[in-house]
Amino acid sequence: MKYFNLIWSSLWRKKTRAWLTLLSLICAFLLFGLLQALSVFFTAGADFVGASRLVVQSRVSFTESLPIRMLPEIEAMPGVKAVSHDQWFGGVWGENEQLFVFANDPERLRITYPEWKMSDAEWAAFKNTRTGVIAGRKAAEARGWKVGQKLPIKSNIFPKKDGSMAWEFDLVGIFDGIDESWQAQTLGLYINREYFAEANQFGSGFAGVFNVVLDDPQQANAVAQAIDAKFLNSPNETKTQSEKDFNKGFFAQIGDIGLIVSLILVAVFFTILILTGNTMAQAVRERIPELAVLKTLGFSNGTVTALVLIEALVLCAIGAIVGMLLASFAITGLAENVPQFFGSVRTNATVWFQAFLAMIGLALAVGLPPALKAGRVKIVDALAGR
Amino acid sequence: MTDTLISVKNVVKHYTRGKQRVEVLHNLSLDIPKGDFVALMGPSGSGKTTLLNLIGGLDQPTSGEITIGGKRIDGMNSGQLANWRASNVGFVFQFYNLLPVLTAERNVELPLLLTKMGGSERLKRANVALEIVGLKDRARHKPKELSGGQEQRVAIARALVSDPELLVCDEPTGDLDRKTADEILTLLQRLNREYGKTIVMVTHDPKAAEYAKRTVHLDKGTLQAQAA
Repeated sequence: MKYFNLIWSSLWRKKTRAWLTLLSLICAFLLFGLLQALSVFFTAGADFVGASRLVVQSRVSFTESLPIRMLPEIEAMPGVKAVSHDQWFGGVWGENEQLFVFANDPERLRITYPEWKMSDAEWAAFKNTRTGVIAGRKAAEARGWKVGQKLPIKSNIFPKKDGSMAWEFDLVGIFDGIDESWQAQTLGLYINREYFAEANQFGSGFAGVFNVVLDDPQQANAVAQAIDAKFLNSPNETKTQSEKDFNKGFFAQIGDIGLIVSLILVAVFFTILILTGNTMAQAVRERIPELAVLKTLGFSNGTVTALVLIEALVLCAIGAIVGMLLASFAITGLAENVPQFFGSVRTNATVWFQAFLAMIGLALAVGLPPALKAGRVKIVDALAGR
Repeated sequence: MTDTLISVKNVVKHYTRGKQRVEVLHNLSLDIPKGDFVALMGPSGSGKTTLLNLIGGLDQPTSGEITIGGKRIDGMNSGQLANWRASNVGFVFQFYNLLPVLTAERNVELPLLLTKMGGSERLKRANVALEIVGLKDRARHKPKELSGGQEQRVAIARALVSDPELLVCDEPTGDLDRKTADEILTLLQRLNREYGKTIVMVTHDPKAAEYAKRTVHLDKGTLQAQAA
């Protein structure tokens, strides 16, 4: 700490340059925080999902619905305990707010997704109300919905038989997650498939994807292969995978998020490395006579090296802390304002730890070469201006 | 004034510039007693600054012995020399060499950072040193806010602060006008007389040399006549 004044004063030797360098570091770590938070969310977001469920989708794409007649066939297969189905409804709330709405069978949903918790009365109301809809707690709280109210929801895919895209549902229940991870996912809604099948213009023969609960999770691969084999060479070939892989595949539709994030960050940090490295090198070059004076006064080579390295570390640490704090604020703002997409994105401990490692790496990369050079300064030559 | 503080024996120093070997000091011997004030004079390239650097432990001789205060410094490695300089020598340069980012008192405090002294004690001693050179009221000023003479006084305070026995001054008045130079030389003289500091000063200026107790002339790397 006794060297703090010396280090801090040296850091701000040229204020404009120091501020510009600091701003570039802040921007780099702001981007790092934002992108890593998204990356962690996309790559680890499905970790809470167990391996006891399979998702059967069309081999072509999950946007291609499978026929409902396949349900009893899948249900009858060895190792299958229960089956439900999810049909993407394409719901829009208000002017243009996207909702995650699926048409499902209430009883089957309750069996295949025990992670959704709701009172028996609400499950019964969902089953018995044709126009019933249940909403996840986060989805309901974000819009102030209360059980008993009518929810006008448009579909951007399915018109009603009268040609209207405007549907109206009765909110009969609000479900919670079984734990914190599942609670964070309570962003969707389920409508009663029976009503949906009767009322939509395209008919009742399709089911979207099937959710398969297994007797034994150890048999997941075998059952998945058996399902795909059963429908091979049929008009509805299937692709069966674990729910976790399905979710990852869903996000992969956007692209390889991890790779995209990594490439952007490599570009950002490479640029920062060049900029900050050059600035640090220049700052040390300018101070060679001053470093020689410190050595003359008795500062050892190691102390001078350490002083320059700590200077780089302090600069990078300030940039990292401010940048990451800004990223946290930005992400919290995003999560609060666009909960349906960013509700679970956080600059969590993993992201902060990654930022810490990036900061140390950057500080060493930009600080070590000039620090070593500073340590090697020859007093007599430096004082003589050689 | 009979105890020898600085003993230089048969010192040879040569540099290699490219493929050329340049011998700067030729078998030079010199004794400086404790409490002396010596002016080293001679033409450019005579080896004055090289000798001063060797006495101050900033450089090592090619051969020969240098003993300061009874301790051989010619065989020390760079770390040992750094420690030795920190507690035994104060340096004053022609261009002051203050750190521009630090205030006067923080500049003076620098040598004390290498000690185990606490922060308040360091600043207290720095201010005492500034008081000795008559600049206590300028403690919070940065070098660019001071005149050349004031900067040199701060540099002298920095050289004094760790209370070394030896002050090594390289053209301390080379960048100053006559009047200011006289003030600085008077200050050095006072440090020698009142505080018993042994001073070795390189100068081109015969008037500056008059402030010393004796003058040693160098020419082409060898000692010439010594004037009292």
